[in-house]
Amino acid sequence: MKKPGAASWIGQVTAYAVFGLLIGILSAWPTSARIAAGQALIKLSFTHAGARLEECRKLDPAEIAKLAPNMRVELDCSRGRVPVVVELKIDGAVWYRGSHEPTGLWGDGPSVVYEKFRVPAREHHVEVRIRDSRRETGFDYVASKTVELVEHQNLVIDFRPGEQGVIFH
Amino acid sequence: MLILKNIMRQGFERVDNLFDSFFDGRNNPLHQLGALGWFFYWIVAASGIYLYVFFDTGVTQAYESVQRLTHAQWYAGGIMRSLHRYASDALVIVVFLHLAREFAMDRLRGKRWFSWFTGVPLLWFLYACGISGYWLVWDKLAQYIAINTTEWLDTLPLFGTPVARNFLNSDMLSGRFFTLMVFIHIAVPLVMLLLMWIHIQRHAGARVNPPRALAAGTLAMLLAVSIARPALSQAPADLDMVVAAVDLDWFYLALYPLMDVVPGGWLWLGLAVATLLLAILPWVPPERSTAVAEVDLANCNGCGRCFDDCPYSAIRMEPRSDGSSYLSEAVVNPDLCASCGICAGACPTATPFRRASELVPGIQLPDISMVSLREKIIKACKGLTGRNRILVFGCGHGAPNSALTGAAVAVVDLPCIAALPPSFIDFALSRDLADGVLLAGCREGDCHHRLGLDWSEMRIDRMRDPYLRKRVPRERVFISEAGRVQTGKRQGDVAEFQSRLGALPPQAASARGDST
Repeated sequence: MKKPGAASWIGQVTAYAVFGLLIGILSAWPTSARIAAGQALIKLSFTHAGARLEECRKLDPAEIAKLAPNMRVELDCSRGRVPVVVELKIDGAVWYRGSHEPTGLWGDGPSVVYEKFRVPAREHHVEVRIRDSRRETGFDYVASKTVELVEHQNLVIDFRPGEQGVIFH
Repeated sequence: MLILKNIMRQGFERVDNLFDSFFDGRNNPLHQLGALGWFFYWIVAASGIYLYVFFDTGVTQAYESVQRLTHAQWYAGGIMRSLHRYASDALVIVVFLHLAREFAMDRLRGKRWFSWFTGVPLLWFLYACGISGYWLVWDKLAQYIAINTTEWLDTLPLFGTPVARNFLNSDMLSGRFFTLMVFIHIAVPLVMLLLMWIHIQRHAGARVNPPRALAAGTLAMLLAVSIARPALSQAPADLDMVVAAVDLDWFYLALYPLMDVVPGGWLWLGLAVATLLLAILPWVPPERSTAVAEVDLANCNGCGRCFDDCPYSAIRMEPRSDGSSYLSEAVVNPDLCASCGICAGACPTATPFRRASELVPGIQLPDISMVSLREKIIKACKGLTGRNRILVFGCGHGAPNSALTGAAVAVVDLPCIAALPPSFIDFALSRDLADGVLLAGCREGDCHHRLGLDWSEMRIDRMRDPYLRKRVPRERVFISEAGRVQTGKRQGDVAEFQSRLGALPPQAASARGDST
C-alpha cells in the first residue's frame, strides 16, 4: 500500500469534516414550527361507552331456569352500543359536531373522541354537549366554561360520566 | 428501473473515483458501508450502556438525570451522550447509502435477495430505536415525539383506548408508560442486532469491522463533533403547553412534520407501500438464472478450498457419499450459489495441464467448464503478436474490457477473476501463449462478488491456496482494479503492464518454466 501524500490527508480530513458537519447540523436543525404565535390548542378527548342499543329485558323465572346454572342472569342485554354524539361550541359558534361509533368488532366498546382545535390565545367561552343515550335529539350532558387561554396553552376537555362529568383541564 | 440503477451507479462510481483518490480503495468508506453500520451500532450500544448507568427512569427524574449527565459530567457522560446521538445519526446515513449502493450496483437480485430482503425490516427497527431514545430525555422534543407518535399509532385500529391519551396533560402522564419506553429502547436494539446477524448469514466472511484506519477516522470525527457541538436537551416537557417549535433530528424525525398535514392513515399506507416496494426490488426484474456450480465427485478430494472461498456460503462439506477413501465432499446449495465461479478457481484439480479428456475438476460452472476455458485461452492468444503480448482475464463488473482487445492484447471473460485457477496463468505463460497475464477485476475494495479480488491477490501472491506456482515470474502477472467508469485506468494499467513487460528480458526458458 502506498503512503498517502498531503493531498490524500487533506482529502480525507475534508471528507470526515463534511460527514461530521452534516451530522452535527442536521441532528438539531432546522427548527420545525408547529403552532403559530398567538395561538392555543384545545383538545377534546375522552372514551365513553354510549347506552345499549336496546333496553335490557328482564327474564322471567322460566327463562332463567332454561339457562345453564352458571349463566343465569336476570337481564338479557344486547351487546351493541349507540354512538356518542359530541358538539363543541366556542364563543357561540359550533366548531365541531361528530357522531363517534362504538369500538370493538361487535360495536360493544367505548366510543373514542380525540379532536384538536387551534384557537386564538385569548378568553373564550367553551361549551361541550354530549349525547350518549338512545334519544334522537338533545344532549344528555352539557357543560360550559369561560377560559383564558395563554399563547400555546394546551386546554384539555375530558369527560367522565358520574360526578365529574365534563372536565376542563 | 435499469435507467435509475445506471444513473445511481454512475453517481456512486464518480464519488468512488473522488474518494479513491484520497482514501485507498480498501479504506474508501463507500466500500465499507455495511461494516461502518456495525461499527456505529457498537458505538451506540457502548455509549448507551454508559448512559443507562446514570439515567433515572422515573418520568419526573429523567430530564434532571440527563441534564446532570450532560453538564456535571460533560467530560464523560456529556461526550457519551453526544457520541450516542451522533453515532445513531451516522448509522442512518450509512444504512441508506448502503441500501442505495447495493441497489445501484445490482447486488440484490437473484441469489443475493436474502440480504436485501432481511435488511428492509431493519429500517423499521432502526427508526424505532432512534425515536424511542429521543423519547426518554423527556424534553420538548420528547413531548413532541410522544404526542405525534402516539396520535399516529392511534390511527391504526389496534388500541381500544387511544395511546395518545397518556399524554393529554401532566395529570394523565403515567410513569408506567415511561418505563415501557425504556424497555422498548433496550429491547428493540437487541432484536435489531439479531436481525443484523440474520442479514449477513449468507455472506461468508461478512465485513462487520471496518479497516482500523477508517474506524479510527470516523471515531475521531464523532468525538470532534461531540466536543464541538455537544448533544443538549431542549426545555423540559410540559404537557400543559403545546410544543410551538422544536429542533428536530432530521435523520430520524424527517417524517414527523408530515404528521401535522398528512392524515395518519395515509402516512401508514405510504410507508407500508414503500416498504413493500423495497422488499420486492430483488425481483424487479427477476435476474436471469444461471447454471450453478457442479461437483464432480470423481475429481473432488474433499480438500474444502471451494468451501473456504465461496463468498455466499453456498458450499458445505459433507461426509463422503461415494464410498471413496476421502473423508468429505463438497455439496453445492443451488439456492445460494450465485454462479461466480470462485469455487472453480479454488479447486486444485482444475489444472489445464491435464489432457482434454481428463480436464474435469472437482467443481466448476457448467457454462464455463475448464475445458472450454482452456480452449478459449488458446484461441484468444493465437493471433497475438509482438513482444508484450497480454492475456487479459476480465470480470464483467469492473471497467469494460472489450475495447482492450488488439494485436497484442487478448481478452477472456469470466464471471469473476477469482474464477480463474492460478494454474491457467502458469499454462498461458509456460506455453508461450502470452508474455504477461493481466487480471482485470472490479474496483479495489469493491468486488462485485465480495471476495474475488482478495482471493485472487492472495493466490497470485502465494498467500492462499491454490498458490500461483513459484516457477511463474510474478512480474509477468498484473492485477488491475478498476470500477465501471474507470476505463482510462484500465487502459493505463494495460499500457503500464506492457511497458513493464517490455523492460523485462524476453521470456527465457526459465521464465516460461521449461526448466522445471
